[in-house]
Amino acid sequence: MYRNHILFSIDDSSLKAGVKDVENIFKSELAKLNLLDEVNVLETGTLGFFGKGVCAKVYPENVIYANIKPADIPELISEHFLKGRILKRLVLQSKNTSQIDLNYSKRIVLEHSGIIDPENIDEYLGVGGYEAWEKALTSMSQDAIIKEVKDSGLRGRGGAGFPTGLKWSFTAPLKAPQKYFVINADEGEPGTYKDRLIMEGDPHKLLEGIMISSYAIGATKAYIYVRGEYKLSIERLNKAIKQAKEYGLIGKNIFDSGFDLEIGIKVGAGAYVCGEETALIESLEGNRGNPRVKPPFPGVEGVWQKPTVVNNVETIANIPSIIKNGAKWYSEFGTDEVNGTKVYTIMGDVEVPGLCEVDMGTTLREIIDNYGGGMKEGKKFKAALVGGAAGVFLPEKLLDAKMDYNSLKEYSAVLGSGAILVMDESADIVEMLGSILKFFKHESCGKCSPCPRGNEILNKIIKKIIAGKGKEEDLDTMINVAEAMAKTSLCALGQSPIMPIKTAINNFREEFLAKNKSKK
Amino acid sequence: MYENILNKYQPDKDNLIYILHDIQDNDSQNYVSEEAINAVSDYLDISQSHIYGVLTFYSMFSVKPRGKNIIRLCDSPPCFLKGSSKLYKKISKMLNVKNGQTTKDGKFTLELVACLGVCGNAPVAMINNDIYADLTEEKIEKIIKKIDKGDDNVS
Repeated sequence: MYRNHILFSIDDSSLKAGVKDVENIFKSELAKLNLLDEVNVLETGTLGFFGKGVCAKVYPENVIYANIKPADIPELISEHFLKGRILKRLVLQSKNTSQIDLNYSKRIVLEHSGIIDPENIDEYLGVGGYEAWEKALTSMSQDAIIKEVKDSGLRGRGGAGFPTGLKWSFTAPLKAPQKYFVINADEGEPGTYKDRLIMEGDPHKLLEGIMISSYAIGATKAYIYVRGEYKLSIERLNKAIKQAKEYGLIGKNIFDSGFDLEIGIKVGAGAYVCGEETALIESLEGNRGNPRVKPPFPGVEGVWQKPTVVNNVETIANIPSIIKNGAKWYSEFGTDEVNGTKVYTIMGDVEVPGLCEVDMGTTLREIIDNYGGGMKEGKKFKAALVGGAAGVFLPEKLLDAKMDYNSLKEYSAVLGSGAILVMDESADIVEMLGSILKFFKHESCGKCSPCPRGNEILNKIIKKIIAGKGKEEDLDTMINVAEAMAKTSLCALGQSPIMPIKTAINNFREEFLAKNKSKK
Repeated sequence: MYENILNKYQPDKDNLIYILHDIQDNDSQNYVSEEAINAVSDYLDISQSHIYGVLTFYSMFSVKPRGKNIIRLCDSPPCFLKGSSKLYKKISKMLNVKNGQTTKDGKFTLELVACLGVCGNAPVAMINNDIYADLTEEKIEKIIKKIDKGDDNVS
């Protein structure tokens, strides 16, 4: 019986900070003091914040230590694990709050992230993992699963917010020799890395979601399309799939139900447009990632012209809990109109960049103050770019707006992918927009003409404005061009620039105009 | 010479991107050569032009020889806000290369890339397979110097 558990956060950022060395020294120090059978040293996924070096959480005290250096270990062990006193100088703190709230009580998709070892299926089973899969496969019909998901009100978390159950219901009744279920893990929206953290922190949860979803639509083959840059995600998913196979959770005739399922991983090679589902399908087939003309929609003709459902990682990580606890349980999260939680990544000028999972409808102010540790160095908030490059600039007056699909619509804004890039008063909105437009120009695939041509024009204008040579009419031209692109482009890439352009110009018009005066 | 790599995969077209990654990762100049394209074309029975089209579509691939080390500096909005353009100038001056160019000694290639998904630690760069985060001009200079000396263990 262990007296304490210490969980080291293993992610890209802590690996770089030398977590493995710290962990080894920690273990050898424990051994010296004969504490190895009293203190259990474990590894877990990310704890939810970054730039804090090696971090570890200690139970049962629930204390988070940050920036642990090898030199701190003797003191940490002697204070916390021998004397039972919390070593205050290493506790994760920010200037505005004494301790960062990680909101574990209200988590769904990240409920185990930072608690269990993501590379060990037994730990996932130990917290009730794969119970939903067993329940779905042995006691629920496909229709019953789809109804439950529909009733839960779950909507796609990739950005568009399409109702998940409804999407499934188009494909489920189709008769086809083969159907596919595909996970879109080509997370390329600048500022968005929630899916990476879900895959790194709790890969089995995603797998369980995939199993249930594939069964619901009748797909016997599932793919996870992961962007090539996510090395750790790919490694952990591969391990998780191998373990699930060994435990008979996938494969042939699962739980004697007669249902077969194979899950494979496909790796991208760096193209933002592949986040668009038809482009993703093209890429998965080994082609250039050019979007297809819709209709036919992937639900009818997707991978190799077979019915295919494509869902986002976060969306599907919600499925096991919905099936296990029911739609009614799920509807207790969120607002009256929009159910569930949302995972946000918070970055930019905040004290503690990281991620959080909160109820739909949580305000921007709450997210920044409670989960981002407040504004960096107490500076004044100027704007937040919410939803990545295809997102919107929210000004100070919208700090108290509820963040969910419906409420944001009132302000002509969108929730998007969940990226929150916070900017303090020193940020230059015009140059930020310049950076966004440069990104779109670079990523435009060239399949349809409005998108590459439009992005070219937009870049010319914004460069002119940044150089101080713009005119006021240029702002209207930008909006007109972007609106035309939105109406005529084939996919969401060309339809997106209007969002940041309109919200930047409408909320910060004076800044665009001031560019001219300041440089004259 | 590509057989060892090709034989690891079923000759299906949907393995193309996997195969190209593998070939490039094992190439001393970090690119996919015409010879490699021909070999893949034979193995998968797809045209050279299709493979060339795929290679030039995705930013992680190159059809030109590149340096031993590839510095992929993110310049998407979150890194831009945190000063990625200063880093670009610094690296560019230090190595005397611009975006997409390789140093004369063939050691480094500098590439500006889109979001690497490590935005909580912006600004970031990926050098070969490793992420370097919370970068400053001094930090990136040190890292590059260390790699230049052949020390792979840089933190």
